[in-house]
Amino acid sequence: MKIVVCIKQVPDTAEVRINPETNTLVRDGVPSIINPYDLHALEAGLQIKELTGGTVTALTMGPPQAEDALREAIAMGVDDAVLLTDRAFAGSDTWATAYTLSRAVKKIGFDIILCGKQAIDGDTAQVGPEMAEFLDIPHIAYVKAIDEISTERIRVKRMMEEGYDIVESPIPVLLTVVKEINEPRLPSLKGKMRAKKAEIKKLGFDALETDEHLVGLKGSPTQVKDIFAPEMKKDRKVLKGSPEEIVEQLIGVLKEMKCL
Amino acid sequence: MDYFFTEEQKMIQELARQIAEEKVVPVRAELDEKEEFPHEIMKVLAQSDMFGIFIPEEYGGLGMGALELCIAVEELSRACLGVSTSYAANALGTYPILLFGTEEQKKKYLPDIASGKRLVAFALTEANAGSDAAGIQTTAKKDGDYYILNGTKQWITNGGEAEIYTVIAMTDPSRGARGASAFIVEKGTPGFSFGKKEKKMGIRASVTRELIFDNCKVPKENILGREGMGFIVAMKTLDQSRVGVGAQGVGVAQGALDEAIRFARQRVQFGKPVISFQAVQHMLADMATLTEAARSLVYSVARYVDSGAKDISKPSAMAKVFATDVAMKVTTDAVQVMGGSGYMREYPVEKMMRDAKILQIYEGTNQIQRNVIGQELIKEAARKG
Repeated sequence: MKIVVCIKQVPDTAEVRINPETNTLVRDGVPSIINPYDLHALEAGLQIKELTGGTVTALTMGPPQAEDALREAIAMGVDDAVLLTDRAFAGSDTWATAYTLSRAVKKIGFDIILCGKQAIDGDTAQVGPEMAEFLDIPHIAYVKAIDEISTERIRVKRMMEEGYDIVESPIPVLLTVVKEINEPRLPSLKGKMRAKKAEIKKLGFDALETDEHLVGLKGSPTQVKDIFAPEMKKDRKVLKGSPEEIVEQLIGVLKEMKCL
Repeated sequence: MDYFFTEEQKMIQELARQIAEEKVVPVRAELDEKEEFPHEIMKVLAQSDMFGIFIPEEYGGLGMGALELCIAVEELSRACLGVSTSYAANALGTYPILLFGTEEQKKKYLPDIASGKRLVAFALTEANAGSDAAGIQTTAKKDGDYYILNGTKQWITNGGEAEIYTVIAMTDPSRGARGASAFIVEKGTPGFSFGKKEKKMGIRASVTRELIFDNCKVPKENILGREGMGFIVAMKTLDQSRVGVGAQGVGVAQGALDEAIRFARQRVQFGKPVISFQAVQHMLADMATLTEAARSLVYSVARYVDSGAKDISKPSAMAKVFATDVAMKVTTDAVQVMGGSGYMREYPVEKMMRDAKILQIYEGTNQIQRNVIGQELIKEAARKG
């Protein structure tokens, strides 16, 4: 079984700051971590490998320093790591990111692709499913348990608002996972030592054999015009009285606002 | 302070600290309250290769030494001495095999110990043999291809949880200490069972239990060294492990100091945080200074042990006695700095104080350590003439 886990390096803070001039994330001075959901994807990958044998490859797209996230993944136990990095990839939205990652996993080869359900910085939850579409393979999002797995098929529990679905899919397949699926392992000492020396494979634009209009800013249909925090408004009015009186008052207020 | 650790030593420190903070701190109060062995934490330590630190690479370990083990022990002790005792007792039980085992014995046992698959315990103490190790009454009688063990070991850390036991028993009771021998006894050997589980003041996440040998048949190839070497096996083992008890002292002292500082910054009396009062500052200053001095001594002695030096009895005893007396003082003072809050179970320092007490008692009481230091001083002086 060839397992590829897509991870993202994100700033380690609950409050992501935005540079108001460039509308991009402020990364300076903020320590970086592996996106927490992706740790669960890595754990799921390692557990599948323990069951079925094979290899686990960690893949990320990002600036050169994203290599640190890949070394952490190696310390946890993945077999190898690939960094997609090129100026041409800069400014990618989820579409271009998913496209670029899908080109890379094609090159690496895969049976199962695992992603965290979303990244804690962008919070879109789009890249995983979009990748599956580009690759033309089935995907199951929000996986909370893997019940059965063979080289041919996989059966999982997909988390729903209330309860869960049991979904079966042929392999190859892409899964995005939620935190409930497992408890990510800590790194091991041997893993940390291996991670320090490990060679991280780098893939750039040329290696993907694609068109420059499909990647990076040029390949991104989403163009960010403005990012701002919504203003908090506290002008509220409490209506008091019996239900009949309140309804009467409310009609008055709505008329005043020209809603009625 | 920079202790000039290597990259690898820093990795151990970082990972042990991560395990302590993420896996130990959240459950330590509950483990203490319920007197529960930390099975889950042991699994994490195993998965992280922590059990293999001091075991040679050829047996699946990381091939490091006393200093690296001390670094891991210190970090775990900062969070919970019960957990670190379970972890460190494993090393104590392993040293006899590491120091005196044959190639076959090492091949058979060390890989499973390094991976954390099998836990180890060291069994010396008995009802009438504590500080006076020569008072051992457990016997081992040769019978064909076996030794037949009879007797009861008391207060054995990891008793019942460990799979492998290194046991000191008398092969020739008439010769006193020279009649002792050391054996490897596996859990499940016929005639080997577990007795009373002790209820303790502290280190309650560690298990302390009786071992009962009733005509227990141990294969003769399980003897460590030769007949009559048991006392030497025990003493060399304790010389090797003692600095680790010092590291436990440094860890728990640091843990208590951290808590006391955090509390003193928040607690307001007379309109000011109590840390702004000189009386409190001076207590914290002494606690920090003592902890730092203990740490320096422990690291220095650990490095000396790792140099392969033979005369480690005195420095090891000094590191143990100093660091554990410091631990008792610093944890007690942490409770004092925190006042009523420190005395309550809501905060971790009362547990640290209860836990720290054992460090002055086990692996040779601090009085026995002073005997060792005193005797070495006499010998050294005599040599100089």
